[in-house]
Amino acid sequence: MLRIDCPFCGTRDETEFVYGGDASRLRPDMAETSEEVWNDYVFLRPNPKGPHPEYWFHQHGCRSWLKVTRNVVTHEITMVSYASPDRGDAE
Amino acid sequence: MARYSAFEIFRQALSGHKNWPVMWRDPVPKAQYDVIIIGGGGHGLATAYYLAKEHGIRNIAVLEKGWLGGGNTGRNTTIVRSNYMITGNTEFYEHSLKLWEDLSQDLNYNVMFSQRGQYNTFHNPSQRDAARRRANTLRLNGIEAELVDTKEMKARVPGLDYSAMARFPILGAIYQRRAGTARHDAVAWGYARGADELGVDIIQNCEVEEFIRDGAKIVGVRTSRGEIRADKIGMAVAGHSSHLAAKAGLMLPIESHVLQAFVSEPLKPIFDTVISFGAAHFYISQSDKGGLVMGGDIDGYNSYAQRGGLPTMEHVFAAGVSFLPFLSRLKILRQWGGVVDMTMDGSPIICKSPIDGLYINGGWCYGGFKATPASGWCFAHTIARDEPHRFNEKFRLDRFARGYAIDERGAGPIPNAH
Repeated sequence: MLRIDCPFCGTRDETEFVYGGDASRLRPDMAETSEEVWNDYVFLRPNPKGPHPEYWFHQHGCRSWLKVTRNVVTHEITMVSYASPDRGDAE
Repeated sequence: MARYSAFEIFRQALSGHKNWPVMWRDPVPKAQYDVIIIGGGGHGLATAYYLAKEHGIRNIAVLEKGWLGGGNTGRNTTIVRSNYMITGNTEFYEHSLKLWEDLSQDLNYNVMFSQRGQYNTFHNPSQRDAARRRANTLRLNGIEAELVDTKEMKARVPGLDYSAMARFPILGAIYQRRAGTARHDAVAWGYARGADELGVDIIQNCEVEEFIRDGAKIVGVRTSRGEIRADKIGMAVAGHSSHLAAKAGLMLPIESHVLQAFVSEPLKPIFDTVISFGAAHFYISQSDKGGLVMGGDIDGYNSYAQRGGLPTMEHVFAAGVSFLPFLSRLKILRQWGGVVDMTMDGSPIICKSPIDGLYINGGWCYGGFKATPASGWCFAHTIARDEPHRFNEKFRLDRFARGYAIDERGAGPIPNAH
């Protein structure tokens, strides 16, 4: 069981959250027309064996999107912040 | 090497079974090979075996960081079937099933392949229509498929919840008669013994640390047991494909996820077949020792940990109990997790990589065990001839960029949804 320290709600079980995938892949500008750039974003993943930046959605809590850094071997979570840069605690 | 036979058992009995020869040697790695296969699981060993047997390339090393079959080969639920609908998968998995049917004879090693059939249940009219379409597609491709209605299912597979009160009433199932199970360890050991007999060096406890390049070309590997060079290097390390490919500077369309499996306490015979629940992700069969072997969804978030979490276990058994109410009274004896390569379309990759000298076999999602023979067979062909066989020509790494994804599930580029 992962326990994620939501900046709004406090520490909660993983069952309250929905996984949102790799947070290192940033959506290209919608005016971008390069196939290579879109292929990188849609399909390719660094998939590191170690610390991994990822999105989690607190569906059964404050409904915030969070950005979490979790070690995918040990499941140790080293950082949690709001995903949106407009929110106070964002990195 | 002694051929296994009834006579050989008798002959060895005369000396108290103390003189059986080792199944494979434990050689010191040479400095140079024609081909190196990284990964001593079923796929890597099968590749080496078919390279030696079908293509006459015998100067091969298989490098394994741990012990043979200690990864996903030894962690799956041993189901073998070929009821895939999308072109690319259809012919490949059917070829695999045909190789399975002769595998014990071919390897002179009993892989305990048991064609006990596999049912996929459906629970509403639209699922029944989809099953009928799938069955028709399979039969047009020469793969047998049968639709079974509820009455027939009750007779063939007692023990499911056929009551009107069932959360998901069973309307029937699509059935593949030639599907079944095999003994997973025996597959790795059988291929290892077969490859060793043909001259392949199987080198265990040998982890690849980095690739050696000559210009742009990859010409060898630096390992925990020294430098080893080869003209061609194939990787068959599904679960860790991204991790290894990153050492070669490649980023793959893969995420690593953990899939759990479960075995119950042993029971008297209850299921003589493999059953997959159609309303949620849950599948079950019974091993020869009597344990019920079960699995379901992956945990859903990236993981290289070879263990799963309890929430997913609960989720899997919630599905299981709604299908087989008696499961609630069983004890689970063992539970484990394997790290799987989840690709962006749910289908595998067997091809030359963009880097000269490097070949990729990976992206098996959670369906790699059934593919073992054809995976090795096609990968061997691709390495030996420098071009894919028609059975794996669609499993290209660049299919995503080119718009030719093989999305059997129709789930889009979301690895944890496949």
